[in-house]
Formats: sequence, structure tokens, C-alpha cells
Amino acid sequence: MTKEQKRYMNPYWAGFGLGLVLLSSYLITGRGLGASGAFASFVSWVMSNIAPDHIAGNGFFEKYLAPERAAHPLKDYLVFQVIGIALGGLVSGVIAGRVRFSIDRGPQAANAARLALAFAGGILMSVGAQLARGCTSGQALSGGALLNLGSWIFMICVFVGAYLTAYLVRRQWL
Amino acid sequence: MTAPLILNDVISADCTLWLAVSLGIGMGFLLERAGFGSAKKLAAQFYFYDMAVFKVIFTAIVTAMLGIFLLSRTGFLDLGQVAMVGTFVWPQVVGGLILGVGFVIGGYCPGTSVVACATGKLDAMLFVGGLVAGMFLFGELYPSLQCFADSSSLGKQTIYDYFRIPYGAVVLLVIAVALGGFWGAAVVEKKFAYLKPKDRPPQ
Repeated sequence: MTKEQKRYMNPYWAGFGLGLVLLSSYLITGRGLGASGAFASFVSWVMSNIAPDHIAGNGFFEKYLAPERAAHPLKDYLVFQVIGIALGGLVSGVIAGRVRFSIDRGPQAANAARLALAFAGGILMSVGAQLARGCTSGQALSGGALLNLGSWIFMICVFVGAYLTAYLVRRQWL
Repeated sequence: MTAPLILNDVISADCTLWLAVSLGIGMGFLLERAGFGSAKKLAAQFYFYDMAVFKVIFTAIVTAMLGIFLLSRTGFLDLGQVAMVGTFVWPQVVGGLILGVGFVIGGYCPGTSVVACATGKLDAMLFVGGLVAGMFLFGELYPSLQCFADSSSLGKQTIYDYFRIPYGAVVLLVIAVALGGFWGAAVVEKKFAYLKPKDRPPQ
């Protein structure tokens, strides 16, 4: 870590702050925090423009395009939440001097392999989040705080899946 | 005055999308502060030498859980109006496992990948590309996956209702597990400190 980069915040304070943001979200809007749904809205909107006949009758795309959900597929709650997440991350990164183009990986990993695995991980992440009806924020964090049974089942399985795979991809990180 | 404020007309529903952005800013800011704009920092959780992911998630859950519990007990928060995802046991088991594998392979989860993109991580941009591709793939496969995705439903289900334990007892149990986990995290971090890669100069 170079001199101008400030150290990361204590994880317990960061977690406490995140918990207060989550609590405020429930108290103000009645819903938790989320992210993955924004990508489903985006893809559904793209599909409705380039291949409307192809997706007709597909319950997945139609759910995200439903007028009851949002007046326009991109005027969706989670799409705006993700815009906020990017803004908040950028502000914090600028303050800490951590904004620059880079590829994050372990010292032994090749850049091309890292980028390919990042892409593959993203695909798995979307499929998993859709099956589970939420990602780390929408399910584990938001549902966890409500003591939602399914969220806790999900969270335990996320850690199990990751720990079982960690050894296979250790060269990427260690 | 009753919470959720927006559902009880204390705050106008017109503000919904602005609230979504504002809460997102708070979330993104804190994720970046904690170091979660870095895949290496996030993946460290799965090699035990830096347990920040566990610490942040569990501190956040305990904080929000306690607030929700106390404010619903005082009658300020109407839990019946709070949105809750239904429990679908097998889809959530399989989805959780797949997402966990994707987490350690890709290095991010959706929220943290957005933060990492905003701070210039090229791998996070590829990860987001993967998210988009994955949503397309899931949508295309949905007609054959739907049957499984909607299986083993228990409806909206909480731990305390399902196991018929008092709400407050589960709250105490989660706090105890979290405190035990924080103690355990410090122990394993010391034990696995040798796995920490030497800091390399920026690429």
C-alpha cells in the first residue's frame, strides 16, 4: 500500500455503518438493499428492444418488464440503487486515492486468466442469484437481518460453495 | 408515525428512486471504505488470512437485526409491511452454492463489483460483463429452470416462526454466534497469516 493510499476502515465500524444504512432502508422504504436485480432489468430491457418476439411469453424477462414493477424497465428501484452504489464507491475511492485503472489479482496470476475468470464468475453469480432470488446484498445481508429462513440457508451455502472451490483457484489470489 | 415511512405516507412515494440512489450511495461508500472494491481483499476471506467480509456482513446484520427487532417491538416499525423474499429451500441451496463458487472465481459479488468498477478495476468490468451475460443465459434457460426455481416453497418464512422459537431468542442467538465468529476470525487470521501475498507494486 503506497503512502497516499489511506488504510481501509475498521471492518466492524464499516459493518456498523452498513447495518445503519440497511436499517434506514427498511424504516424508510420497507425494503432492503440490493444489486443483482438491476442487471436483470437491464438485460430484459435490451432484449425487449432487440428481440421482443423471442422473449414473448418468457416469465423471467416479462417479470422485469412488467409495468406494475416500473413505469420503464430502467426506472427500476434496483437500477437506481446500483447507480448510487457506483457513486458512493467512487466518492470513497477518490477520498482515499484508490481510483486508478488496474487489474486486481494475486501475485502469481496472469492478467488474461484473471479477466477470463472474472467474466466466468460473473456468469455464475447471476445464475446463482436468480435461482436464490437475491445476491449477497439482497438475500444474505437484507434477508439475514430479517431472520429470513431462506436467506440464512442461502448465506451458509454461499460460504460452503466458496470455501469448497477456493483451493482450485488459489493461484489466482495467493 | 409508523415505519416504513414511505408506505405510510410520511414520505411521498415520488421520492422512491431518489431514496434508492441515496441508500445506494451510503452502501457503496461503506463497501469501498471497508476495502471491498478490491477482489483480492474479498477473496482473502476464503483463504482465512483476512476475515473482513465475515466481520462486515455479520456486524451489519446484527446492527440492522437489533434495530428492526427493537423498533418493531416498540410498535414504530410494522414488520408486516416490510418486503421479504420467500423461502424456496432447494433453489436457495443450489443458488447459494453456485453464487459462492462464482464469488471465489470472479472475486466479487454484484454490489462490490459495481464499487470496484467505479474505482477503475478492469477485472470488475469483466465481472459485470459476466453478470449481464449470466442474466441473459438465465433468462434463456428460464423455461426449463422455472419448475426447479419455484420448487420447495415454504412461503415467507422466518427462523423464529419456522422453528417456533421466540423472536428475541433468535436475535440473542445470532448475536452470540456473531461474537463467537468474531473471536474465531481473529484466531484463524493469525493462523493463516502466512498465506497473505506480499504486496506487489501497482500494474
